[in-house]
Amino acid sequence: MDDVTSNFDLVLSAFWLTIQLALISGLASLVLGTLLAAMRVGPVAVLRRAAGVYVNVVRNTPLLIVFLFVFIAIPNVGYLTDTPFLLKGVIALTFYTSAFVCEALRAGINSVPLGQAEAARAIGLTFGQNMTNVVLPQAFRAVVPPLASVLIALTKNTSVAAAFGLLEATARMRGFTNNNADDRLLIFATFALGYIIVVELISLGAFGLERRWKAAR
Amino acid sequence: MRIHRLKLAAVAVGLSTALAACGDAGSSGSSDTPDVEVQEDAASQFEEGSRMAELAESGEITIGVKYDQPGIGFKGATDDAPVGFDPEMGKVLAASLGIAPEDITWKETISDNREPFLQEGEVDLVIASYSITDERRAIVGQAGPYYVTGQQLLVPTDSEIETIGDVEGTEVCSVTGSTSLDNIEQEGATPRGFDTYSECVDQVLNGSIDAMTTDGAILLGYAAEAPDDLKVVVEPFSEERYGVGYSSDSPEMCQWITDTITAAEEDGTWAAAFEATLGQSGVETPEPPAMDECAAA
Repeated sequence: MDDVTSNFDLVLSAFWLTIQLALISGLASLVLGTLLAAMRVGPVAVLRRAAGVYVNVVRNTPLLIVFLFVFIAIPNVGYLTDTPFLLKGVIALTFYTSAFVCEALRAGINSVPLGQAEAARAIGLTFGQNMTNVVLPQAFRAVVPPLASVLIALTKNTSVAAAFGLLEATARMRGFTNNNADDRLLIFATFALGYIIVVELISLGAFGLERRWKAAR
Repeated sequence: MRIHRLKLAAVAVGLSTALAACGDAGSSGSSDTPDVEVQEDAASQFEEGSRMAELAESGEITIGVKYDQPGIGFKGATDDAPVGFDPEMGKVLAASLGIAPEDITWKETISDNREPFLQEGEVDLVIASYSITDERRAIVGQAGPYYVTGQQLLVPTDSEIETIGDVEGTEVCSVTGSTSLDNIEQEGATPRGFDTYSECVDQVLNGSIDAMTTDGAILLGYAAEAPDDLKVVVEPFSEERYGVGYSSDSPEMCQWITDTITAAEEDGTWAAAFEATLGQSGVETPEPPAMDECAAA
């Protein structure tokens, strides 16, 4: 355990990379996922179909395969070789997570009574205005709990990057256990605790949002 | 649209080669490895109640080796048994117990599970590029070294990396969590961990990463496969002493392992095993290392 306590800055920097991966991919997935959800419920048939295909293809692909694509297959045909590894990790995680964000949001949109959208159209709002001012604000409120689950899953999914050149928490943990075979359990517990703290922060954030956006019913 | 389709097909081909690469991490030398002489009536030669006597009595032994290191311990997807220098050492040890090579049960051990496998009795011996360290000797037994190697770099032939000082600021890959990766981080390079050596070589070949690092013996195997694209550079900058792992419950095994391997070093079996495995990559057969003394059991 001495090796871990005396090198605690390495543990922190590893978790910082985990948080960076989760944060950037999380924000990017929220944006891309919202766009996809709008496409799926929108009036343009081509976009609706395209978003549907995206969700079905991506959601049915294991994350490991997505990583293999971004980190090995695409570079092997000559693309993405100069892209920073962090960006490649964000691309892979965002590509995967946005499909889940889209579906969670679509469930939220479906939970907004049809009358709301109809009333918005009746007073002359366009589809974009209707979404941003009427439907999505109500939908977001309903989807805080499932979205928090998606983001927590994303945080834990960042550990797949350990086998793809990113020295995040799981990769660092493997380094420590390799060097300190006699302290395996404690090292494991330390890193597990780190993940619990990160995930708990997301849960608390979601809880706060839920309380703030709570509608009087 | 046609161009897009072409690109997509190219990516698909790339993925299939990436997946295929998992299966052929280096063609695994020829299989004409030297024969070992199996002892007859071995059980009577060991002290009653010792682990060696038990193993000789049962006629079976389970040995943990690496399956993904060409030259050291490698098993292709369709091979029956692993080949490499480590399995050869395993055969020598088993033979001294009167166990023929085909009666050995090989088990894949990865870096992470070598100690647990020994502690839980999942394997009797671990011979898996297992560097001797004080931390490991605290919880399992390690006899050896039967081979000493050092960390080097594998770079593209047109690379500008020539000395270890040149790696500062570059990206260097190895296997996630390995000691090699730790060492290169201390030299100022950005460490990039991958699951297997073959994925790491791939990254060097496609230009994503500047160099690969691990024990020189493994790198030579990969360089031999693509001599036009890859070369091994830098004087070895660490010393890895490979040992044979055994359970700390049977300290009597240490003397037996040390004696058996010392005998193999003296009668030429060690050199023959080296030439048939690691020697295939063109490296000269070194002098066998002197084995450590066993602590009094």
